[in-house]
Amino acid sequence: MSQYVESRHRVFCYGRCITGQNHSIFCLALLLITVTSSLFFVFDCPYLTKELSPLIPVFAAILFLSVICCILRTACTDPGILPRATPDELLYLERTDNTQTVALSGRVMELQMRSGHVLQLKFCQTCRLFRPPRVSHCSLCNACIANFDHHCPWVGNCVGLRNYRYFYLFLLSLSLLCTYIFVFNIVNIVLRSQNNSTVADAIRETPATMAEALICFFSIWSIIGLWSYHTYLICRSVTTNEDIKDTWATPHRGGNQINPFSRGNGLVNCFAALCGPLPPSFLNLRAFVKEENSIPMTITGTNNNNNTSDGIVGYFPEENGNYSNRVGNTSGIHSTQQQRYLPRDYA
Amino acid sequence: MDDTTRLTSEQSIKLFIQRDYSEGTAVKFQERFPSELEGKIDRGKFIDIIRHINSIFEEAEALSCKTFTENCCACLTGYLLLLCMPTHYEKCVKRAARYISEENERTLNPKGIFMLDPMEKGLRCIEVCIVNNRR
Repeated sequence: MSQYVESRHRVFCYGRCITGQNHSIFCLALLLITVTSSLFFVFDCPYLTKELSPLIPVFAAILFLSVICCILRTACTDPGILPRATPDELLYLERTDNTQTVALSGRVMELQMRSGHVLQLKFCQTCRLFRPPRVSHCSLCNACIANFDHHCPWVGNCVGLRNYRYFYLFLLSLSLLCTYIFVFNIVNIVLRSQNNSTVADAIRETPATMAEALICFFSIWSIIGLWSYHTYLICRSVTTNEDIKDTWATPHRGGNQINPFSRGNGLVNCFAALCGPLPPSFLNLRAFVKEENSIPMTITGTNNNNNTSDGIVGYFPEENGNYSNRVGNTSGIHSTQQQRYLPRDYA
Repeated sequence: MDDTTRLTSEQSIKLFIQRDYSEGTAVKFQERFPSELEGKIDRGKFIDIIRHINSIFEEAEALSCKTFTENCCACLTGYLLLLCMPTHYEKCVKRAARYISEENERTLNPKGIFMLDPMEKGLRCIEVCIVNNRR
């Protein structure tokens, strides 16, 4: 049995976690957060607990745990990867729309929405499907992502439909943690300087506090800025991708400028984005891969040039890159049954 | 020309019912009757099946107090709650899969039609296979 995905994602924990390809900046982010928080707990908290209150490290611990929980959740959740189309689907698409002489890759599907907007759905060469509304192809992850927001190197994954709320909560909790640590660093220095009479002496006593304060001071602007930007986007129900491309601002002939995906009210948009229902992963990461004929019918092998030696039918435009995700061996594939879809088994 | 070379005595025809995005990104399949099914099954019955599937997904994606409470509780437990119990959406997806397998047994298979659970295609389309026995 083998477990693989056709994009540049990595799968861990037998299908329970899926992350992007490059993890170095993500590890750096985790390291910065852990180091700064550890310095705070080791050097500032004992003094502050004694002078002020034992609740200070308790709240810091809660904030730190929520930051770690949210960043891991954002990094390891499937953002909404759309599985690639099968050869049968492509054939059917080409057959049903034979009024056009242009090849599929050049075609654009016009979608008339009930609200009056006319959207252009482009054909994705890699994923072999007409990209639904709000879906965008991430070249770094090499997959089409639903409600694509952006690819975040700090979490090592794309931010899309299924992990946007975790990303937003990560930004929120990190802003709070940064502010909290910064404020109590200042309080620490002030208290010590009151006891010792000079600020310079106080700083010499706890150099770690200054280090933390510097890290927090320089990161606070970008983190709080990013959090406010995403709050603004959530209220308007616009993704970063759409905001950058100004999708809903340009006047459209026959359409109006209002975002058709907004529910009208900023609060309702927030509610929908943060507490709305989430579909389970579209990839069945915990199933055994079997041949495309899971129903007792046979596909005559003439058209399927992409058949690999173990009988998996699929589109592999960049075979070498995709096979780096393989886990386990591929022997015995013909005898394995396809596991039925089990929604609770994966993130 | 492609089609005739693929037709053998045990060949099947696969058709795909695509998503209907006219009302937004909510999960809804096109309620149309494919021409390949002409004569095999009653038009109204087939569209009723699709309509029922659509109603299950509409319920899954509805913004309700239940989803709000579920998500708030999950957030307060650090999302560990999601590891313990299936969400409302997952329950609806299971319900849709169960409905499709029931309809397959009851109505579609006797007519030589197999409908696949759209979740196996990532909710992009419903795959319908018509077994074509030509001997």
